[in-house]
Amino acid sequence: MIGGRRLRIERRPNASGWVVFAVSVGAIIVSLIAIGVFFRGFGVSPLQAYRELLRGALGSRLGITETIRRSIPLLAIGVGLTVAFRALFWNIGAEGQLLIGAIAGTGIALYSGLPGWMLIPAMFVGGFAGGAVWGTIPAALKVRLGINDVITTLMMNYVAIYLVDWLIHGPWKGPTMRGFAYTDRFPAAAILPKLTGTRIHWPTLAIGLTAALLIYVLVRHTRMGFEIRVAGENPEAARYSGISQMKVTLLAMALSGGLAGIAGVGEVAGVHQMLLGPGQVSLGYGYTAIIVAWLARRNPLAVILTAFLFGVIMRGGDVIKVSLGLPFQLVNVFNGVILFFLIGSEVLIRYRLRLQAVEGG
Amino acid sequence: MGWESWVITTFSRTLAYGTPLLLATMGEIYAERSGVLNLGVEGMMILGAYSAFSVAYTTGNAWLGILVAAGVGGAFSMIHAFASITLRANQVVSGLALTMLGLGLAGVLGRGWEGYPLMRPLSKVTVPVLERIPIIGPIFFRGQNLLVYVAIGLSVLLWFVLFRTQIGVRIRAVGEDPATADSLGVSVARVRYACVFVGGVLAGVAGGYLSVAYRPAWTEGMTAGMGWIVIALTIFAFWNPLLGMLGAYFFAALYHLSFRLQTWVAPELLKAMPYALAILVLVVVSRGTLQKRMGAPAALTLPYTRGEE
Amino acid sequence: MRPTGTRSPGPEKRRNVEIRASDAPSAAVELRGIVKRFPGVVANDGVDLSVRRGEIHCLLGENGAGKTTLMRVLYGLYQPDGGEIWLGGRPVRIGSPRAALAHRIGMVHQHFRLVPTLSVEENVVLGLHERTGPFLRFRGVRRKLERLGEEYGLRIDSGAKVWQLSVGQQQRVEILKALYREADVLIMDEPTSVLTPQEVDGLFATLRTLVDDGLTIVFITHKLDEVMRVSDRVTVLRRGRAVSTVETARTGKAELARMMVGREVVFRLEKEPHAPGDLVLEVRDLQATNDRGLPALRDVSFELRAGEILGVAGVSGNGQQELCEVITGLRRAAKGSAALMTNDLTGCSARQIADLGVAHVPTERIRVGTVPNMSIRENLILKSYRTAPFCRWVFLDEGAARRNACRAIAEYGISAPSDGTPAKLLSGGNIQRLVLARELCGAPRLVIAAHPTYGLDVGATEQIRQVLLDQRARGAGILLISEDLDEILQLSDRVLVLCAGRVMGTLDADRADVGEIGLMMAGAQRSEVGE
Repeated sequence: MIGGRRLRIERRPNASGWVVFAVSVGAIIVSLIAIGVFFRGFGVSPLQAYRELLRGALGSRLGITETIRRSIPLLAIGVGLTVAFRALFWNIGAEGQLLIGAIAGTGIALYSGLPGWMLIPAMFVGGFAGGAVWGTIPAALKVRLGINDVITTLMMNYVAIYLVDWLIHGPWKGPTMRGFAYTDRFPAAAILPKLTGTRIHWPTLAIGLTAALLIYVLVRHTRMGFEIRVAGENPEAARYSGISQMKVTLLAMALSGGLAGIAGVGEVAGVHQMLLGPGQVSLGYGYTAIIVAWLARRNPLAVILTAFLFGVIMRGGDVIKVSLGLPFQLVNVFNGVILFFLIGSEVLIRYRLRLQAVEGG
Repeated sequence: MGWESWVITTFSRTLAYGTPLLLATMGEIYAERSGVLNLGVEGMMILGAYSAFSVAYTTGNAWLGILVAAGVGGAFSMIHAFASITLRANQVVSGLALTMLGLGLAGVLGRGWEGYPLMRPLSKVTVPVLERIPIIGPIFFRGQNLLVYVAIGLSVLLWFVLFRTQIGVRIRAVGEDPATADSLGVSVARVRYACVFVGGVLAGVAGGYLSVAYRPAWTEGMTAGMGWIVIALTIFAFWNPLLGMLGAYFFAALYHLSFRLQTWVAPELLKAMPYALAILVLVVVSRGTLQKRMGAPAALTLPYTRGEE
Repeated sequence: MRPTGTRSPGPEKRRNVEIRASDAPSAAVELRGIVKRFPGVVANDGVDLSVRRGEIHCLLGENGAGKTTLMRVLYGLYQPDGGEIWLGGRPVRIGSPRAALAHRIGMVHQHFRLVPTLSVEENVVLGLHERTGPFLRFRGVRRKLERLGEEYGLRIDSGAKVWQLSVGQQQRVEILKALYREADVLIMDEPTSVLTPQEVDGLFATLRTLVDDGLTIVFITHKLDEVMRVSDRVTVLRRGRAVSTVETARTGKAELARMMVGREVVFRLEKEPHAPGDLVLEVRDLQATNDRGLPALRDVSFELRAGEILGVAGVSGNGQQELCEVITGLRRAAKGSAALMTNDLTGCSARQIADLGVAHVPTERIRVGTVPNMSIRENLILKSYRTAPFCRWVFLDEGAARRNACRAIAEYGISAPSDGTPAKLLSGGNIQRLVLARELCGAPRLVIAAHPTYGLDVGATEQIRQVLLDQRARGAGILLISEDLDEILQLSDRVLVLCAGRVMGTLDADRADVGEIGLMMAGAQRSEVGE
């Protein structure tokens, strides 16, 4: 009680875009401060650490291009996740879908026997298809049998991981690799071109940016987008109005899985030029992309920005590993703290504080 | 290796490896029974592993390490509890954040601890008379860790609490229909906090066991996805501690056999089995009444607000 | 009936002592000036209520008058923004249901608060730490439940899981829960809404027995018949205020209705004479199962013609929902057929049926009929977004949607800041107007209206009933499903009674006898009158 008035917490009926933006930015700032405290605990000056991070990520041509390279898979997967989340499908399986895309790409690159000029387009198509299939299986299970999407997508991540493991240790083990568990190097025609002087595999980037635009238009302005939004907001109403939950969910997950698959192709054909162990192909891109999509509030255009932000963090992690001796796992600390403050701050979006006069007596 | 010693080794190793699985699964069963999905098991386990190892190494007392691991796991789980229960944030995302944070913290803190073997790991126990019983004896009573017995006893106890006591009725009610529990004066938040805490403590102990008893050393990422198997196990066990025990040992056997049977079966296949089986179980259980008898708690992942709309 | 002397000691003794202590009938429960606000509405605006010990006190009012809110304040589920609660002559603070139970106040909710996967005894014992200790001694619980069951006619199998019980049995469990905790004030929230007339008789008999034993009962209802039948006194609430408290014996339905509504209620609406046209809907031998796998519709057959309203009467849960769903394509029939003019509807999807000119005003207008987070404009094209003018090739035409919204808002009087307002911010009446605007815009041939005025204020109710009559005049065939028998009799030309999924009979509304319909609703009689 404050002088005859009472502090009440009540639901905010409708949060304006500005509130959401301010709260998101605030959450990031607070998390950076919290991580700064963590740095201090390690005997590292937070200011120095952040300066190193920014300089490494944005302070040089190499830094910026590496940051962009890191953001490419985050962009592609993140855009796909916005669709999945809109359809209320918790796609925690982007990691697995990425790996399946990588497998498809590898298979086509090394064993398909297609003419050189067809390889790259075929790899992207195959990667999309592979990821889409991997994503639509849990979708079908959810719609048909009501099985929890979080669990199935999570489980399928690990099936994909062990599939990759099996392939690189078994049938696809590269004889030229001298006992390392990798496949052979891809033929030159299957290696993605890069922007000159950088490691940026621009075809994947182009696909990602195009996808962001297309998905934005799809969701806001088309019939299918309307159906996805209705189905995600209120599945009962969707059924009642004749929208097929199956069609919507499968479509959303095909897109999401497919885009993750594309990211996978980008990693093996653009970055590594071979299929490696699962932990090397994907550095947790599938999970980080969840934060990317979440922060972007399911807006594919905003994903371009948030993917870049997390690219900065990842590149920064690479740099700090060398200059400050802190392990790369630091990036996970960043991710975890930011995500926590993000979802914790949503309480401010949903509720507000009000001073209210209390009746006398 | 003779047939008999093959069986003994397999089962004995299964017991050992199944113990952390069992402990963490018990904890997750309790959390999920109260309606809170905690995907942060991997993070809690690895933090537990790190804290147990570092404490055990510096103090020379492995049990102290386990104790600290329990505390760390419990405390860490409270972050997820606060976000999910009080702030009503999305539980899936909160759990993932917890895992990320846990892996990150353990990775950063654990730098420099690798490669130092633990001089005084958790002692092994051999029960004098019982170990002579043919086959069963060597499996259960020779050179096993005390925590193995604790885990078994705990799962029986936890089953009893869940299904035969007032506390268990409350937990189950809160997980199925929190509005009803609330209307009868049960504090939904308190029950959920307690269950998540139990989950955190047990996950911490499970992680500690790995670094202080099973393989007394610290390696970055040493939990290697065990936390996710626990999530699968919880479903596989139909949220029942006793079935969880069977499931934990079954999955542990698969893991052990994946090495043993390498020449016949690709190890990756066996390692992927727990995850595939969990999906299979869910498919089987998805039929109507079976769902009610053995399915997930109805309010799982749904935050609860008393109906002041 | 056991002789008085052998009743169990304890609770009975306690009640007798309290009655002796005060000779004049004292207030068991007194609410003084209770105020309760929610965002946008004042649910209780300074309500006074005084309930005497040992009486059945009805709380009467329309949907939304504040009855349930008031009782939830008493039960500790809500905290009042103003006012006081007095129990037994002393002011108390009831901070939670636990506190209410400690004060021996129990509540039987309209939607049962039972955990389906737990057994009866587990549900009864939930939350009772102090008295049973941490370990469950089920035998003791079972015995006490049996005793209570015998005493008050509430027999139940305590080991059964709640989801296996029928609705009437579940209600018994609810009552037993309160009795087990030795409640001496029992609040019942619309308990008869899920019972057949015979089960209602049983419930009232049980209430009488409880009151004879010294309990006090507060009975929330909006049905005048029940008030007259069972209560000693009645308090009428209207728009969050207590209008007055009267002795039931000294009042009548007309007076109570006037107090409820605030003006003379017209019990007959003006409508044009019944002039049925061509056959619009023909249903033959329809069979369907419900979500539990039990048969919900058994050999249902009827005809509906253009320009007539066929009212489906029956207690909720007797197949009405499934009938709706089968005709609109949301549920597949196991056998039988439904045909819209010459089009066979069986096996068609919901979308195809809607395209054929079938409008569906669903029971749950918020949960099913709208997308709460989307705007009014988008909700209005929820069914028509696939075709022109709202959709060209794959793109949605926002301009057309906006124009449509303006037209609908004006035509139906939807009160909202703009057409971009999210539907969840609208009041119940405006949401229903939105649904009607959407469903009726294509001049449908068949209108399925399920509980269209449930929970709405009087103004919205009248408007919606008029809208239905207008559609009837326009030549549509209307299937009206409602629990409100008065509404059915006012609006319908013919009445069909469903009980346990069977058509018990079809009557002309003009010549219908309420008693006869009631018996049919209870399954006691089949009428051979009708088509």
